Amino acid sequence: MKFACKTPLIGLLCLTLVVSAEAAPKKTALPEKEPSKPSPALTANLSVAYLAQDKANPPTLPFFLTQPADVGMQGARLGIADNNTTGRFTGQSFQLKTNQLAADADATAAFKQRVAEGYRHILVNLPSEAVASLAKLPEASNVLIYDVGSSDDSLRGENCSANLLHLLPSRAMRTDALMQYLNKKRWQKIFLVTGPEEADQQYAAAVKRSAQRFGVKIVAEKPWQHHFEERRTPESAVPVFTQGVDYDMLVVADEAGIFGDLFAYRTWQPRPVAGTQGLIPSAWHFTHEQWGALQLQNRFRDQAKRWMTEKDYAAWLAVRAIGESASRAKSTDFDKIKGFMLGSEFALAGFKGVPLSFRPWDGQLRQPVLLSTDRSLVAVAPIEGFLHQKNELDTLGVDQPESQCHNPTHSGNGQKP
Amino acid sequence: MKIKFLWLYLLLVGSFVHSAHADTLYITLEKDNALAIVDGATGKLTKTVKIGKRPRGIVLSKDQKQLYIAASDDNTILIIDTATLKVVGRLPSDKDPETFAMDPNGEFLYVSNEDDNLVTVIDIAKRKAVKQIPVGVEPEGIAVSPDGQWVISTSETTNMAHWIDRAKLEIVDNTLVDPRPRSAVFTSDGKQLWVSSEIAGNVSVFDVATKQLVKKIGFKIPAVTQEKIQPVGMRIDKNRRYAYVALGPSNRVAVIDAQKLEVIDYYLVGQRVWNLEFSPDEKRLYTTNGVSNDISIIDLENRKVIKSVAVGQYPWGLAVKP
Repeated sequence: MKFACKTPLIGLLCLTLVVSAEAAPKKTALPEKEPSKPSPALTANLSVAYLAQDKANPPTLPFFLTQPADVGMQGARLGIADNNTTGRFTGQSFQLKTNQLAADADATAAFKQRVAEGYRHILVNLPSEAVASLAKLPEASNVLIYDVGSSDDSLRGENCSANLLHLLPSRAMRTDALMQYLNKKRWQKIFLVTGPEEADQQYAAAVKRSAQRFGVKIVAEKPWQHHFEERRTPESAVPVFTQGVDYDMLVVADEAGIFGDLFAYRTWQPRPVAGTQGLIPSAWHFTHEQWGALQLQNRFRDQAKRWMTEKDYAAWLAVRAIGESASRAKSTDFDKIKGFMLGSEFALAGFKGVPLSFRPWDGQLRQPVLLSTDRSLVAVAPIEGFLHQKNELDTLGVDQPESQCHNPTHSGNGQKP
Repeated sequence: MKIKFLWLYLLLVGSFVHSAHADTLYITLEKDNALAIVDGATGKLTKTVKIGKRPRGIVLSKDQKQLYIAASDDNTILIIDTATLKVVGRLPSDKDPETFAMDPNGEFLYVSNEDDNLVTVIDIAKRKAVKQIPVGVEPEGIAVSPDGQWVISTSETTNMAHWIDRAKLEIVDNTLVDPRPRSAVFTSDGKQLWVSSEIAGNVSVFDVATKQLVKKIGFKIPAVTQEKIQPVGMRIDKNRRYAYVALGPSNRVAVIDAQKLEVIDYYLVGQRVWNLEFSPDEKRLYTTNGVSNDISIIDLENRKVIKSVAVGQYPWGLAVKP
């Protein structure tokens, strides 16, 4: 590129020439864009399985809220790609076997088949009851199961298993995050509306526990039946339903997303909505860009052509936890990876500003919880000022002394300082 | 008339004498798409000029006549004339350039392409990308050893320092480092490589000859939580007496005894301190503070933060011209 731009008069012209001339042949000027083949002579292989199942009776959602079919799986795929980029330098290669079962398929049989094929790291994106029963199979005793789809507290409590790790925040962690925020804002009187589903009851139970922990008072609690008869519309029902209560914030428990969105702007008094709708605590949100998160968002969008959901994030974390442990332990051996992952040195970078690690008492991944509305990230919990004697992330969720998981074999060398 | 000329004379002579001792700071403003120019001695913002989109990394050319500035959202590195502050050319950096380093002869730039997991090598004179080297996930920190033997690229998600042989432009070794390595810096004698880890909250010092870890330096600031301590930019003085580490949202710069590898003090500066640079005589240290939109000037002789200068939105990087 030899342009002599000596006289100031033609400087501008020269500049334009340079620019356009540079732009055109750029692609051809760059020789290799393909990642080079693994340089270390011996490559150790590690295969990871991913198991998910279609829902039997999915709730009827509004037409604009269709869920992509590959939620979760795309995160696992990206994790494998990231692991393999690192693996080129460590001589480790990672493969993913994905399995999206039909609603009537036998998940247990599929799981047993994976184990029989030799898979020992298995990601499951399944309902919590299915996860609990898989974890208790004799075939699962020498396997690590990565729960990337459930927030169930009992799965982390009385129904826990030593071979089970949880990548999404539990319901307790989510509602703790929300209550920390309400405490900080001094919006301490809430009106709790609970849906009819089992999951809604569990979410409401988590809200009650968290409210008590963080000094928030539930001034009213009402079940929502959700049947609109003739002439009973959201416009007429919601104001009446919320009338006569003095509260700061309406908290809804509607995990399936059937009715929670009907409350905002329809309540008797002008009050904001939080919980499963409105201001929502979650593991991941597309508005999150801090701490390098934008890079993960971009990488994911390039691959999946859509935004990353929290289940994608959970699956990505699971695969990265495996990859990070394999590169630190310098091995693809199951026991060595497991030992490192559950040990005190494990520190996973999850784009949320602090190192993430597994709680030894229940296999839950410690992590910050994002509080966001539709298009805005409002806060990241733990909220400043909530302290813990060991790790501030443990102000979210069930701490060791109160854990109902009396199965003390999420081994490793104890918790991180 | 005479009096007028006298004033003019004094002004001219005065500014000449002044500029002989002064230094000029060029600061990239990520959100303003602009470059701020500050007089180092007086701490005065003298000028702000619009440049490309989302300017971040900035390096002064060997002859000090040009600045290279990564315009991340323009996917290019701009060449800016330091005399006119006009864009005089572009370098083909490929997508989303953020940080880059120059070799000791001033002939090549080594650019981290964060989204593509590549390091792009640019021949400055030919304005041409001569090679792309595949590295780990999200390459960030990059440094060239003073003897020109090594180019170090650190990747934030792979958590490695890649040792690139500068003659062959190939990776010949990889060293695992602590989570989210951000910046890599050689000591001026070329014997040590320092790498800061944002998530681990520490700095690892490696012996270059053996590529072995010498020490990990941790930080502890009273009344500041550990999570806020996120080491990013670093500078080590020429005699390897003191090193300075920007600690991000803790709003502190750590002072390290670079012989004993021990922290000896912390300076309180602006919010989310990101990058650092010395004045040419190493008597002052300048810091870019991304959230408070200013720079801090530290008097290193008297060990005091003497000034903060408002410069514009998201000051990111800085270069200092004598």
